[in-house]
Amino acid sequence: MSNSEVIVITSGKGGVGKTTTTANVGTGLAKMGKKVCLIDTDIGLRNLDVVMGLENRIVYNLVDVVEGNCRVKQALIRDKRNPGLYLMPSAQTRDKSAVSPGQMVKVIEHLKEQFDYILLDCPAGIEQGFQNAIAGADRALIVTTPEVSAIRDADRIIGLLEANGFKQMDLIINRLRTDMVRKGDMMSASDVVDILAVPLLGIIPDDENVVVATNQGEPLVGHDCPAGRAYSNVVRRIQGEEVPFLSTEKGFSFWTKVTGIFHKA
Amino acid sequence: MRKFNMKRFFRRKSSREVARDRLKILLISDRVNCSPEMMELIKTDIAKVISKYMKIDSTNMEIQINTKGKGNRGIKNPTLYANIPILDLRK
Repeated sequence: MSNSEVIVITSGKGGVGKTTTTANVGTGLAKMGKKVCLIDTDIGLRNLDVVMGLENRIVYNLVDVVEGNCRVKQALIRDKRNPGLYLMPSAQTRDKSAVSPGQMVKVIEHLKEQFDYILLDCPAGIEQGFQNAIAGADRALIVTTPEVSAIRDADRIIGLLEANGFKQMDLIINRLRTDMVRKGDMMSASDVVDILAVPLLGIIPDDENVVVATNQGEPLVGHDCPAGRAYSNVVRRIQGEEVPFLSTEKGFSFWTKVTGIFHKA
Repeated sequence: MRKFNMKRFFRRKSSREVARDRLKILLISDRVNCSPEMMELIKTDIAKVISKYMKIDSTNMEIQINTKGKGNRGIKNPTLYANIPILDLRK
């Protein structure tokens, strides 16, 4: 399969929902029949395995693959709930310098042959871990929350991605609270899109079900709750489908601006 | 004039607007990638050159790098604005 897509999920700031987004988007794509591989590139602070509920099945990890302790296939954990979904966990006892960008590219090239989508969960920050994560990717999802600090970091990341030749970047605004936007106490999605000037791929409302899902180790994409529906829409948009934004997703005076930017992509 | 003042008096900016305005200004300097020290050097040099021809108020002058036009994420065509109060046009 040569036309597989390699997408890095990144944000700059920590704690905005990169791992949750990776888990949900990956699970969503697999539910639609795609072959998906999730790679946790956060060496030393792995989390994607617990969010996916696969932490008890890890034998080998990314660093083992890179160092030749095992074959790529041996490090892949198959998700029992969704056929076609695999996770390559990161190492917990090593640090970022255990892997180089060149080695990442090699692993990804190998995986491209068997998967439709390869999603890379990027660590926070802009150091080596970030460089590793973006090395083999040809598309980026930038996750941010409607907060000053997260948006500032996202802007920095967008600059770095542009400098690294990324052509396709899309924005996911996480944890939006429409009630606060309406009261004038939170930036709206259109404010964020205006500032960052990157096409919008999805708005994930702040939803307590996300916490519950993470507790249980089961991504909530497709579930009948606000965040579950929003993630389903993101998954469909990633594949090029045009899906209108949910009324719960948007703030006010939002629609025209977003579609304008969205269609440019 | 009066309308403007009334508006300011009665309507406090929402925190959403405050955040948006702060970010816009913050990102200009972030994107320009130009340190405050360097901006200060540019400022003193400009002041020096202009002072050759006219008397200026160099303590109250301001320079700022702004982004012109949208679409290129504003980084492609930054513009340097200088606001220099003139005290006397003749030297």
